[in-house]
Amino acid sequence: MSDFDREQILRTSGVDVLKCMRCGKCSATCPSYDEMEYHPHEFVYMVEKGQIDKLMASKSIYKCLSCFACIERCPRGVEPARLVEAVRLQVIRQQGKNHLRADDIPALLDDDMPQQAIVTALRKYSK
Amino acid sequence: MIFSYYPGCTLKNKAQDLDRYARLSAEALGFTLEELDEWQCCGGAYSMAKDEIASKLSSVRALNSAKAQGRDLVTLCSACHNVLKQANADMAGDAEFSLHANNYMQLDEPYHGETKVLHYLEVLRDVVGFDALKAAVKNPLTGKKVASYYGCLLLRPGKVMQMDNPENPQIMEDFIRALGATPVLYPYRNECCGGYIAMEDPALAQKKSTAVMESAADMQADCMVTACPLCLYNLQKNAVTNSQVPVLYFTELLAEALGVKG
Repeated sequence: MSDFDREQILRTSGVDVLKCMRCGKCSATCPSYDEMEYHPHEFVYMVEKGQIDKLMASKSIYKCLSCFACIERCPRGVEPARLVEAVRLQVIRQQGKNHLRADDIPALLDDDMPQQAIVTALRKYSK
Repeated sequence: MIFSYYPGCTLKNKAQDLDRYARLSAEALGFTLEELDEWQCCGGAYSMAKDEIASKLSSVRALNSAKAQGRDLVTLCSACHNVLKQANADMAGDAEFSLHANNYMQLDEPYHGETKVLHYLEVLRDVVGFDALKAAVKNPLTGKKVASYYGCLLLRPGKVMQMDNPENPQIMEDFIRALGATPVLYPYRNECCGGYIAMEDPALAQKKSTAVMESAADMQADCMVTACPLCLYNLQKNAVTNSQVPVLYFTELLAEALGVKG
C-alpha cells in the first residue's frame, strides 16, 4: 500500500519533494513544532524516502494549524503544509477513518465558539 | 458605489458586530455592501489539495455570482477572504481544477477567475483611500494605542493574497492612524493564534493565543483589533494572561471613529 499512498500523496499535494534543500526553515517557523512527532521538514524527507506508513499513523497530521507560515517562508517553494494535508487526506478519505465525527461536536462547543471553528474542524478532520 | 458582499456563516451568527459596523461605516463613507443571494458557507479553511474540488464549489458559486452582477466582491472575515481569494486564483491559474469545477457548475459561460476579490480593508485603502477616511472621522481616537492582529489568513500565502507585505504589513497600522489612534507594533502580529485547532487541541490553542496576547501587552497596547472571528474568540477565550487587553473587530473602531456606532 505504501507505494500507492506515496503516489497519491504526491499527486494530491502537487509537491516536488526533490526541490527541498533541507534548510529546516519550515520547521523553525512552524507554530505547532513542539506538538509534532514528525516536523514539516521530516514530512518532505519521509515522503521522498517512502516512509508513508509512519506519517499516516502519526498524530502530527492533525496538529498543522493551516497558518501557511511554512508555505510563505520556504525559500524553495516546496510548501510542506501541502504534504501534511495530503497525508491527512490519505488517512481520512478511507472509510471509517474520520478523525472527527459530527456526533462528537456538541460536546466540544461552548457558547461563544464561532461557526468558523466548527466548519473548519469538519473540513480538516472529516470526509 | 456598490460592491457585492459575501458575509460568510460566522458574520450571520457569532460575529454580527463585524458585519453590522462594517455596513454602517460603509454607508457613512459612501459605498454599499450588497449581499449576494443564496451564498453558501466557504468551509472556513482552504484545502491545498489539488483533488479537492467539490468542497470549493461554494466559493466558485459566490465568485461567479459577483461576476454576473459585474461587481467586485468584498469580504470581511479573514477566513472567507482567504478561501475565496485562493479559490479564485485556482480558477484563473489551475487549468485542471478550473476544468473540473466548471464541469460541476454547468454555468452558461465558464468561470475563470474574472471577479476581483477585495477585503474590506483593501476597499478602505484602495477605493476610499486612507486620507479620505481620515477626513471622514468625526471622533478621532486620539491617544488610543491599538495593536493590529493580522494572524495568518489575511496575508498568506502572499503571492495569492497580494494584500500587503506578508512579513512586514502596514495596512492595518495605516488604518489605525487614519482613525487618529496610535498603532502598536509587536512581534506576534502576523503569527498564528492557533484558532483552527481550538476544537481539536484546546491546550495548543491556549498556548499560541497566550503568546500573541502577551506580545501585544508587552508593547502596552490598550486594545487589539482583528478581522477574524476565530482569532477574536481564541484570543479572548483561550489566552491566559494577567493583562486585560480587549480584542475588538476593526470595524467597531471604524464605526466609533466615524460616529455611527450608535
